[in-house]
Amino acid sequence: MALLNKADWHTPAPFWQNGPAPGAFYHFPGGSTHVDTGGFQRSQAPITTGTSVVGIQFKDGVLIAADILGSYGSLARFRNLERVMKVNDNIILGAGGDYADYQCLKSNIERKILEEECLDDGLSLKPKALHCWLTRVMYNRRSHFDPFWNNFIIGGLEGDKVFLGTVDKLGTAYSDPVIATGYGAYMATPILRKAYEENKDMTKDQAIELLYKVMQVLFYRDARSFPKYQLGIITREGGVEIQGPLTLDSYWGPAII
Amino acid sequence: MALLSENSGRSLPDYETQAAKMKSFSPYADNGGSVIALAGDDFCVIAADTRLSTGFSIYTREQQKLFPLSSKTILGCSGCWCDTLTLTRLLTARMQMYEHEHQKEMPTLAVAQMLSTMLYYKRFFPYYVSNILGGLDEDGKGCVYSYDPIGHCEVTKYRAGGSAGALLQPLLDNQIGYKNQEGVEPVALTQEKAVAIIKDVFTSAAERDIYTGDSINIKIITKDGVQDSTFELRKD
Repeated sequence: MALLNKADWHTPAPFWQNGPAPGAFYHFPGGSTHVDTGGFQRSQAPITTGTSVVGIQFKDGVLIAADILGSYGSLARFRNLERVMKVNDNIILGAGGDYADYQCLKSNIERKILEEECLDDGLSLKPKALHCWLTRVMYNRRSHFDPFWNNFIIGGLEGDKVFLGTVDKLGTAYSDPVIATGYGAYMATPILRKAYEENKDMTKDQAIELLYKVMQVLFYRDARSFPKYQLGIITREGGVEIQGPLTLDSYWGPAII
Repeated sequence: MALLSENSGRSLPDYETQAAKMKSFSPYADNGGSVIALAGDDFCVIAADTRLSTGFSIYTREQQKLFPLSSKTILGCSGCWCDTLTLTRLLTARMQMYEHEHQKEMPTLAVAQMLSTMLYYKRFFPYYVSNILGGLDEDGKGCVYSYDPIGHCEVTKYRAGGSAGALLQPLLDNQIGYKNQEGVEPVALTQEKAVAIIKDVFTSAAERDIYTGDSINIKIITKDGVQDSTFELRKD
């Protein structure tokens, strides 16, 4: 019952002790006041989770980075969970939040891509289309009070244009040259925005170096992070490449007494 | 079903995690944003800031919140961004259906009524959006419709809404509506005056409201079309 307290409209608290709940019959003292209205509990919390995802646009492509840790509450349970995926030749996707929900959507997306390839018409899904589709899926689930507990970052190329967008568990969506989710929103965004403002036409190598630095900062302060990460790269010339797991250097000398 | 209601006290202690207990789900978010619309005799000016935020973080500094629905109608939205996305998408789809059915563009009055109906349709799970609709009516005169999240609709000559609505509206009352002024002869609103006032009130609102800032997008609707301009606000 404790779990049902927040949005439990079907069984409101009784007006007074042992009294009837609104719309229910009176219960005599000693009797049970429990009314089973047949409601049921949806999944209301993430279980195995991934932390921040960061993404940035550069001169001729997009980068998305996420570490490979699957946390189980405060337990660092899975140390090789990959959560940056190639969708097709012009889209990459990074996911944070509940890993089971991500896997569910991943298989959905993979099926979509397969069905599209079977048509063999030379057309392929565009990043904006996937972004929009994810928006609808996420919004639909939140409207049924059964959300996919994820943050997605979608990167890709649409013709000559570079695209970087995000969707969260409510279906809140936007696109921006710099995106970071989770703790990354607080710690990585300022670093990424500053670097982007100073040099909007970053080269691929500069962007890779920047994300390395940002992942390092996150590893130092985010308690649910890990020193190994994946890097999704998409460029006009090179197509899609998922690198990793890459290892982060860190220096903990002062921490050892 | 039975299994679930028996376990509603969650009798799986081995599988309980800290994270599983902490979070509760809310389908709404407050993403801030402010919108202003002013109507003149033969024009309508509508403006919105471009900051999309939640809590103390800014998602993006360049989010358009004005949605051109037809050549004479523009909708400004602020509040829960995911609801805004859904509402505007549904709205444009229904306007397209209207156009195909009636072989003409939907007039502003009809859009205004449809928006009210669509909002009230979700009365018991509302779109958490404060909408302001600006446009030209069928006589070519400027008009502004403002809404609450569940579909109450009002026609006005000037309106401010969104996170800084309460800061902006009194200024408009005084400067556009000539409220609380003595011995002043009201003159008809001009486009230049409207734009100047919008820039001033948004600059003031950005000083006090953390959900309003970065820049504003101003659209002037006249019979000749829509004129677009931007104006920078403080970014902190």
